[in-house]
Amino acid sequence: MINKTLNKALFTGVSLLALATLAGCGEAENKDSKEQDALVEINKNPFPSTYKPLPSETTLITNVTLLDGVGGQMENASILLENGKITAVGTDISAPDGAKTIDGEGKWVTPGIVDAHSHLGVYATPDAHAHADGNEMTKPVTAAVWAEHSIWPQDPGFRRALAGGVTSMQILPGSANLVGGRSVTVKNLPNRTIQDMKFPDAPYGLKMACGENPKRVYGKKGGPMTRMGNVAGYRQAWIDAQAYKEQWEKYYDDYDAGKNPKAPKRDLANDTLAGVLDGDILVHMHCYRADEMVVMIDVMKEFNYQIASFQHGVEAYKIADKLAENNICSAMWADWWGFKMEAYDGIRENIPMVEQAGACAIVHSDSDQGIQRLNQEAAKALSDGQRAGIDISKAQAWTWLSANPAKSLGIFEQTGSLEVGKNADVVLWSADPFSTYAQAELVYIDGGLAFDRNNPGSWAVSDFELGQAGEGDQK
Amino acid sequence: MNKTLIASIIAAGLTVSTGAMAEKIAIVGGKVHTMTSTGTLNNATVLIEDNKISKVGKDITVSGDYRVIDAKGKVVTPGLMGAFTSLGLVEVPSYGSGVDANAGKATISAALDASYAITPDTSLRNITRIEGFTSVASAVSQTATMFKGQGAIVTLGNDETPVTKARAFMVVDVSEHGAEKAGGSRAALWVELRDALNQAEYAKNIRFTPQTEWHGMPVADVKALIPVLKGEMPLLVIAHRATDIRQVIALKKEFSALDITLVGAAEGWRVADDIGKAGFSVILNPESNLPYSFEQNAATLANAGRLNEAGVNVAIGMNTHNIRLATQNAGNAVANGLPYQAGLAALTSSVAKIYGLEDSHGSLKAGMTADVVVWSGDPLEVMHAPTNVIINGEEVKLESRQTKLRDRYLSLKSDKPVQYTRP
Repeated sequence: MINKTLNKALFTGVSLLALATLAGCGEAENKDSKEQDALVEINKNPFPSTYKPLPSETTLITNVTLLDGVGGQMENASILLENGKITAVGTDISAPDGAKTIDGEGKWVTPGIVDAHSHLGVYATPDAHAHADGNEMTKPVTAAVWAEHSIWPQDPGFRRALAGGVTSMQILPGSANLVGGRSVTVKNLPNRTIQDMKFPDAPYGLKMACGENPKRVYGKKGGPMTRMGNVAGYRQAWIDAQAYKEQWEKYYDDYDAGKNPKAPKRDLANDTLAGVLDGDILVHMHCYRADEMVVMIDVMKEFNYQIASFQHGVEAYKIADKLAENNICSAMWADWWGFKMEAYDGIRENIPMVEQAGACAIVHSDSDQGIQRLNQEAAKALSDGQRAGIDISKAQAWTWLSANPAKSLGIFEQTGSLEVGKNADVVLWSADPFSTYAQAELVYIDGGLAFDRNNPGSWAVSDFELGQAGEGDQK
Repeated sequence: MNKTLIASIIAAGLTVSTGAMAEKIAIVGGKVHTMTSTGTLNNATVLIEDNKISKVGKDITVSGDYRVIDAKGKVVTPGLMGAFTSLGLVEVPSYGSGVDANAGKATISAALDASYAITPDTSLRNITRIEGFTSVASAVSQTATMFKGQGAIVTLGNDETPVTKARAFMVVDVSEHGAEKAGGSRAALWVELRDALNQAEYAKNIRFTPQTEWHGMPVADVKALIPVLKGEMPLLVIAHRATDIRQVIALKKEFSALDITLVGAAEGWRVADDIGKAGFSVILNPESNLPYSFEQNAATLANAGRLNEAGVNVAIGMNTHNIRLATQNAGNAVANGLPYQAGLAALTSSVAKIYGLEDSHGSLKAGMTADVVVWSGDPLEVMHAPTNVIINGEEVKLESRQTKLRDRYLSLKSDKPVQYTRP
């Protein structure tokens, strides 16, 4: 019990001196009270990552054009991958003894792509009803659900994304609900379980959704049936979460004061929402229309949390200045538009216009096809921007694929750029990756070679595809 | 235009363009992909006169009455053809409005006629054409039966009546989705489809009147199937599974006049040689490489290349709002084994061949309709785009609702509300 108190004190940053004082007061106040019950604490990581990198060998890739993912381009560059990390980047690196050297003449090296928006595993192929595990469409606020409990690691889509140079991704619940549930960030290295894929130490995300989807789904199921109903729903959820957070804070305060309070009843949904209010969980909000995004910025201020990103942001170009002011990323397609009213104003220059305004632009997929070609999506956005007179380089455009998504997911310390000390999540492209004809030739995750295009015998094959027509084919 | 020509155009089911008589245009100095046996010509010239291509070649003298488009360093292709779309039939499909692509409650099936529903005022027209697509094949996409009815060929030029060929093709779905419409099983679907064709065989000699005794399928539907049966109207068959494609080949043996093109054909590569021997064309999405259902287990990025290798005429482009991305689709097919010229053909001459339009569309030679695009570079490269688009001899502005939105918001610094800025 003393240890628990101590842990709690350290955890909440209360000094030991203060603790002693508090304990003293407690004793004085409660001298007739019973001894304290054990402190109730919430385990914030009940499904811990069991990810293990592939075995790796020290590898030096030489003679390439290198995009570092944070805006730099280097010619005749080399990069050294050692013990799962990037240990050197430059033009004059010699191979350590026993290192494997790959001559990359004419080829390009980039950071592995980070997709901020995937539904692989929660909407797995084959596309059967049995695999529709992405939307808990039972009530509009389902903050209690966690995407990782739906993910099927045998979804063949993971391996396809790997061939497109994707090394990490965020997997989100769908957008049917105002609050859809927790997302999870994974390494794109499928294994037997989802825990095996979880990106070590990545923070959780929370999927929320604006606009048409919630009102369409719940319009005849008790609401919300309008956009104003949507906003009332978010606000009520935050009000409830604030109350829940206060109950727990009071419990800990009372406990620290030496009292013997009864712990509040745990509530999974409010655990997650309170996690957002505490700044531990990052909000990723599906929102298309400019006006709705700005309403959500005000809701964010009203309840004092941060939106990490708007997802899709089809009209982000209309309010790119406000996104920059409020430090909110926008994760976008290059050219999807028109499939619903809130996507009707989609334009090809959305991504470069967000970049131009100084806001954080991300190229995302939300698609098991798009995730295989995110480099091409960035290329289209770049050239559309250039034709509109927006001066952006290829090196800058690659930040949309690695550094910016990594920042929005809270994993930029570990991945998203080719800088010494970062995870060796690296792609060797057969040519300039802004070309349709370029292909990811070698894909490294934590220094392990996860995909080697020229060695078909080495390709990963999901359980589902074993023994089926086309097993192990060029996919 | 003389009366005989007009009569012959009407007889062929074509609509006379209402566009103004276009100027004489010379596209000079480009790398010209003719999509004919002439191949690709560097530093060549394309002349346009009276809405037609009048000359293509090198060392052509351009007289002073031509407006010259300088294509030096650029690439010239025939206008691209959207192979399989619902363009003109749908503005906003999901939870939206302006939708004629869904005929799920119609009581007719094969007789559905897209040509009556197509509008030139769709925002998709300009959005699509500024990306180099000058015409599309368009049909209803959602129906209550395996048939999706009769589709039309549509120009994306400034025509008030954009349908250039009504009732140009018939679509039938024999995939898992088609089977669902036929009661849930291919065991029902194939019997029903044969029955429909047999009824058409019987009906082709009947001159229907309201008094005709007929106890078969709705008269409009059986009449619509007669030209299909005779091979006068191309039949597009949506199929994915190798064994379903074999069933289509067997059908062709029974109804030998059918002019069949497979659509989708995710597992086409497994029966590529048989498809080639049967003489079918294929319209596909070369990027579709996932087992979306068990009928697509063997889907692969190599599909287009392998079918081409077997001698199959391959067209690329299955989308509506983003049919413009068929260039990227074709580029990815090339990256995965389709020869480059076949990749370009998949957007031009191969499409024209499927719809029997090879004498007017899909290639650059004298006498063809003047649908021509000048590109900043390789059309299949994602970073290149058209610089000039000419449709039926008329150069169209590279402007759409989307470019106007872009121009309105390109600068966010304005004292007035945005609605006062009209680009």
